[in-house]
Amino acid sequence: MDLIFTLTVAVFFTVGFYLMLSRHNIRILIGIAIFGNAVNLTIFTAGRITRLAPPIIPIDADALAAGTANPLPQALILTAIVISFSFFAFLLVLAFRTYQELGTDDTDDMRVAEPKNEGLPPLGY
Amino acid sequence: MHQEWVTLTVLFLPFVGALLAPFLTRFLNHQAAWPLAIVPALCFLHFTGFIGTVSSGQTVTGGYPWFESLDVDFSWLIDGLSLTFALLVTGIGTLIVLYAGGYLKGHPHLGRFFSFILLFMGAMQGLVVSDSFLMLFVFWELTSITSFLLIGFDHAREASRRAAIQALMVTGLGGLSLLAGLLLIWNITGANALSTLLEQGSALRDAPLYLAALLLILGGAFTKSAQFPLHFWLPNAMEAPTPVSAYLHSATMVKAGVYLLMRLNPVMGDTVAWETILPLFGGATLLVGALLGIRQTDLKLMLAYTTVASLGLLVMLTGFGSETAIEAAVLYLVAHAMFKGALFMVAGIIDHETGTRDVRKLGGIGKAMPITFAAAVLAACSMGGLPPFAGFLAKEEIYAGLGFANGWTILLTIVAFIGNALMFALGFAVALKPFTGEKVETPKKPHEGPALLWLGPVVLAALGLVFALLSTFSHGIISTPMASAVAGEPVSVSISVIPHIGLPLLLSLLTVALGVIIFIRLTSAREAMASTLQAIGWGPDRGFDQAIRGIIRLSALVTNRFQNGRLEFYLTATLGLLAASILIPMIALGELPVLPDFPDLRFYEWAVFLIAGIGLAAVLWARDRLTAVVSLGIQGFAVAMLFMLFGAPDLSFTQFMVETLSVVILALVLTRLNLQPSDHRPLGQKLLDVTIASFCGAGLGLLLLRVTQVPFNAGLSDFYAQYSRVIAHGRNVVNVIIVDFRGLDTLGEISVVMITGLAILALIRVATPRSTKTAAPAKKSEA
Repeated sequence: MDLIFTLTVAVFFTVGFYLMLSRHNIRILIGIAIFGNAVNLTIFTAGRITRLAPPIIPIDADALAAGTANPLPQALILTAIVISFSFFAFLLVLAFRTYQELGTDDTDDMRVAEPKNEGLPPLGY
Repeated sequence: MHQEWVTLTVLFLPFVGALLAPFLTRFLNHQAAWPLAIVPALCFLHFTGFIGTVSSGQTVTGGYPWFESLDVDFSWLIDGLSLTFALLVTGIGTLIVLYAGGYLKGHPHLGRFFSFILLFMGAMQGLVVSDSFLMLFVFWELTSITSFLLIGFDHAREASRRAAIQALMVTGLGGLSLLAGLLLIWNITGANALSTLLEQGSALRDAPLYLAALLLILGGAFTKSAQFPLHFWLPNAMEAPTPVSAYLHSATMVKAGVYLLMRLNPVMGDTVAWETILPLFGGATLLVGALLGIRQTDLKLMLAYTTVASLGLLVMLTGFGSETAIEAAVLYLVAHAMFKGALFMVAGIIDHETGTRDVRKLGGIGKAMPITFAAAVLAACSMGGLPPFAGFLAKEEIYAGLGFANGWTILLTIVAFIGNALMFALGFAVALKPFTGEKVETPKKPHEGPALLWLGPVVLAALGLVFALLSTFSHGIISTPMASAVAGEPVSVSISVIPHIGLPLLLSLLTVALGVIIFIRLTSAREAMASTLQAIGWGPDRGFDQAIRGIIRLSALVTNRFQNGRLEFYLTATLGLLAASILIPMIALGELPVLPDFPDLRFYEWAVFLIAGIGLAAVLWARDRLTAVVSLGIQGFAVAMLFMLFGAPDLSFTQFMVETLSVVILALVLTRLNLQPSDHRPLGQKLLDVTIASFCGAGLGLLLLRVTQVPFNAGLSDFYAQYSRVIAHGRNVVNVIIVDFRGLDTLGEISVVMITGLAILALIRVATPRSTKTAAPAKKSEA
């Protein structure tokens, strides 16, 4: 089972990175969303996969029975999903505002902070 | 009785004085010089207390533990060498503080100046008494930094800034070389303090890495003591106010390199390398400095070049390797500190009272300034080596020390002879030309300066006379202990002002004769030098400018290449490195995972994986962005399904919700953007991107597979499984972890989400006039 999960994770990472290497903001954003899923799946897989019951303590017991899923990675991922969603939403609005201000979604055309052909710094003392 | 805490206090006293200086100056103006001069005077007094012990041949060490784990102490070593230096530093320091009060009277930043000069004094005093290498290095660098502050004191002028940066660059790089050298010596000998190193005798000399250590140490000493071809920063440092030039750049700091060489002479000297390199560079510096000095017309620059020459002479003598040469170096060092300090202060007084330092525009001011004139002549006599002054003793000893044993020593004697004659001429040019001859109109009407100004030069010039007249006494307390420390064995200096008929005396007379000739023909000599230098054109000073510009150009080139402002480039570089840093060690160390068995999955599980793959593929090949967004939803839901199937329903619900929201928002935004339908990358670019992304994906996948194949540590998970119900009273363990065990984290997470929401709101609400214009076509497309 680890193999198929690992393969899935690898494919998710590859697609996410490929999209992030694009010059277009929206493609990069989509890439980041996929990258987030890849990371979550990585944590999930590293906490060992089981097809067994969810980590819920039965009504007549005081502790989790053996053979349930590992709760720790789930808690981590739950946090990660929410945070990556905030991140995604913020980036999206940034991309939107950038487009409004600069009229482009091509990162190569966004040269306000690092203008093209910047001259030499002052050579004097 | 040596009280360690008193010495420690004295070492920090100048720094305390530096803190107080600005406040005192606010209340007392230039009169603050008097109370502030007490600080170096107290240090001086403290060090005089060691004279008795040290002149009886003993060494005083003391200190406190500093970094005990590294076995580094804050420790000092007081022997003849460091005591003489400490007395010079604190004694001249006292006079300089007073002089600065007169010289910079009314300057708006006088308090700052006092502060800097006391800081420097503290650094220099610490440098010469340091025992541990680390302390020596720290104080060494501190002198470079305070020197930077003092040279650049007049920071509104570009020449000052340039000189300050130049001095810092040259001496700072030398300091790094020194650090490397000291560490190497520590490594070779195991000694991390001078006192333990000096006890080891010739262990260092015989080590195979001796030459490397020597070269590194020389890198520090030669830059600090301005040896050719790194001499250029010293004349430029004359941009500093004259008290600085008199103190740092003649009497004390520039001698730190000589101090270091003298200090290490017992353990590093007496080798072929030592006795070749030192006289070679020292001799070259002596000649170059003296010859370049002839060209100058500015009093301070004339003196600065003779300082370069004198430093060369000292290095040459230290490296010569005979006992008499060391005695000569010691005598010359002490004499030089006195006469050069005095002459610099005289040059400062002339500048202060007449408004110019150009020797061609000065003349006949001796009547108006008799005290300064007298001090100048006394100092020049010592510099010229006339009896009965300290310089005379030094010169006799120089010629006696070098001798005529073979071709090499004859060559060095000739070099010393020419250098001394040139310095003789320059010394008297500074001391006589402005004061004698016809009266020349000067920018200010000359008159004698206040006592604060002439006190320093008078005392120093007179000391030059007293030192020689009471030679038995001064040798007893200064020359003999210092020469013994430099030689590493007991040496007795006995030369007196009574001339002894012999070769040295003859050479002295010839030196004076040649000096007088040069003095008389100084103007034509200056012109000849000027035209020669004009013909050469290039010099290390210009080379420094070229090097600095070259460094700036190179760094601009590198910066523009690697920080070219293209996000794509940054990501490519980052991901390429990521792939390399995962894959290369994994393959190199043989940590690749074992290929597991083919997974045993149910058909609906296969289906979910397949859907995820289809979603991803659809995102990649989507014709337009809206399709891509919808496909993004497919893979997200597939992930949610996976969570559901493999025991994580909470994750599944959250994922469903988040994916839905993402897709809806993304689609909403996209309809407001007027974008080109799809992503155009050239084929080559596509191939490169695919390769890099695949390598990264494969690397991370392999890493994950390897992780799943190591034993699993379930400790933390078991804790939660055990105690969720018992302690936190919850049955859904995941929820308990989030809201209870890690509740504070969750609070942080909520804050992050909230802040993001606020930021988004702000971004959308803030609309500049320009944005409404560009947003207009977007609205049209929406309609």
